[in-house]
Amino acid sequence: MLDKVVFYFFAGLAVLSAILVVTRRNVVHSAIFLITALLATAGIFLQLHAEFLFAVQIILYVGGIMVLFIFVIMLVNLDVALHQVQFNRQAWLGVLLALVLGVQLAVGFLVGRTGVTFAKPSGGPLEPNTELVGRALFQNYMLPFEIASILLLVAMIGAVVMAKKKV
Amino acid sequence: MIPTSHYLALSLLLFTIGVIGVVTRRNVIIILMSIELILNAVNINLIAFSRMLGSVDGQIFALFVITDAAAEAAVGLGIIIAFFRNRETVLADEMDILKW
Amino acid sequence: MRELIEFFRPHLLPLLYALVIVAVLPLIAGYVVLVERKVMADMQARLGPMRVGPHGLLQPIADAVKLLLKEDIIPENADVWIFWLAPLLSVTAGMLALSALPFGPAFQIADLNIGLLFVVGIGSMGIFGIVLGGWASNSHYSLLGALRSSAQLVSYETAAGMALVSALLLAGTLSMATIVRVQEQKGVWFVFVAPIAFFTYLVASIAETNRAPFDLPEAESELVAGYMTEYSGFRWALYFLAEYTNMIVVGSIATVMFLGGWLRPFPNVRALDFFDYVPAVLMLGIAGYCLWRAPKQPVTVQKLFLVAVAGLCALLAAILGAPLFGVPYLSKAALHGGFWFLLKVFLYIYVFMWLRFTFPRYRFDQLMRLGWHFLIPVSIVNVVAIGVALVLHRQFGWASWLALLVTTVGTLAVAGYLAATDERHETAMVGGDA
Repeated sequence: MLDKVVFYFFAGLAVLSAILVVTRRNVVHSAIFLITALLATAGIFLQLHAEFLFAVQIILYVGGIMVLFIFVIMLVNLDVALHQVQFNRQAWLGVLLALVLGVQLAVGFLVGRTGVTFAKPSGGPLEPNTELVGRALFQNYMLPFEIASILLLVAMIGAVVMAKKKV
Repeated sequence: MIPTSHYLALSLLLFTIGVIGVVTRRNVIIILMSIELILNAVNINLIAFSRMLGSVDGQIFALFVITDAAAEAAVGLGIIIAFFRNRETVLADEMDILKW
Repeated sequence: MRELIEFFRPHLLPLLYALVIVAVLPLIAGYVVLVERKVMADMQARLGPMRVGPHGLLQPIADAVKLLLKEDIIPENADVWIFWLAPLLSVTAGMLALSALPFGPAFQIADLNIGLLFVVGIGSMGIFGIVLGGWASNSHYSLLGALRSSAQLVSYETAAGMALVSALLLAGTLSMATIVRVQEQKGVWFVFVAPIAFFTYLVASIAETNRAPFDLPEAESELVAGYMTEYSGFRWALYFLAEYTNMIVVGSIATVMFLGGWLRPFPNVRALDFFDYVPAVLMLGIAGYCLWRAPKQPVTVQKLFLVAVAGLCALLAAILGAPLFGVPYLSKAALHGGFWFLLKVFLYIYVFMWLRFTFPRYRFDQLMRLGWHFLIPVSIVNVVAIGVALVLHRQFGWASWLALLVTTVGTLAVAGYLAATDERHETAMVGGDA
């Protein structure tokens, strides 16, 4: 019963925050609602017994990426932007197409529910979660791990070069 | 235990809202934030299946998705700052230098 | 109805602990402020607050009443919702981090599997309170102070995290209570095994809590008061509470990871069991000192007050000494554990205060240079060094003290090289640095 309450609470919070992210006029308000949506997603991860990803989501996404977003918002904040039109000219068409996409995905999911056979679930418990994730990351997925670190190095250099003042 | 379909429905909702944000808003920073919403929807999907199948691969994939999202946000925001310095605007409609 | 009670029963004790912490924390933070003012006065050869209550002990109460009764000013054109939300975020992050910390073997709200990651993550959420507070004030000084402060926090967070990872490698687990038990098993506090990590964490945590000598963003003579400029009255009190709560949190983390948590010195050595008498003897010593100073006080109220303090310390000594003489119902582990933990946290915070009143402030570019050019490389090299030491010990069979000594010397050599070859600018830079 607690499971259901926690899930519906975090799911409702995530959907509500997401709707508010895309509809607010003030960019800082959007950022705060995105923080709330990310925290709600972290709650969903925790409810799925993925504790390591819950912690990583909070440290990286909320504590890292969103701080970066808020810094940039403060650097490019224009007061005049608050009074301009917020939605572009093809907004209605865009919403319609997005809804069509959503309906397509939903239909695909409903139809495919019975047709797909998954491999027999190993069904073992995913605890202790951090240990399992660590083992898999450093044994089976060592190459993607190293590639991800090179990716981060490239992104760091790229971001520094893009944001430098031209001397 | 909550059936996996509930998590997939939540993921679908977040994905659709993210896509609406990307195609509808003019402010480039909000477009980037909607992209983060899309990535989070995908993460919920991956971890729900990881729980259902009892394999940790889904969580590893989600970890790499978070890593990539960080890298992409950093570079994207760097580009926005560079463009803002040149053109004083963050609205996608006005970023049309390459148009004829 | 019955099943509802059964459902909540396992959560009642943690809820009680949480209520105790939330209720007591503002009082403790207020008295830490008083202790800081007294220590500051002692180091500056004066007396500190003496007027309100005996020896100034009611000063925090007077301050709290004043702050509550002040006029609540919101700047013009400020974003009211975010202005209201920002101090709340800071305080919430600080208090939430306290929920995973063990204050003794029996006093922990939640022993999370990922306790250390959780506390570090919540600490990184405290940055939002600062940034949003500075932005919402609609004032240039506040925004600059907030950006500077959050840049400083983000920079030193990496160094602090890496230092904690070094201790984590030695412990093998993320759960805070288990880390203390591992230190008990190995019989040595991790500060003796990884001293560089402890020193790095000490410096990084001073920067993390915006304390001097890293307090440029909030010093009185710089940028007015940084992000706190436009906050007055109770909102400012909330920021202040958040800062002192953060000090207690980093002190607790350092105590658990490096200083052995609730363990007494040399916890496994039976020959040094007389250390178990130290708490009681310490309290009796304080009581004796108070009784000795009582007749020398000029005013009767202060005399009576010192006698009362002596009585209280004697009572605490009796409570702490009782388990050693076989009194039932008083658990030695819980009482002595709590005492040692609080003593260590207090010593850590005393070192914070000591450094505050001794060193001049770092300029912002010096601060960032220290963080990025020195602390982060040293802490990363330290992680690698401790990993190498563990491999040497486990796979090549070296004695553990030898492996750690070799790698510590190596890390010190790297740190020395970094410190010697860093270009320093004695005057503030005018153009940009490349």
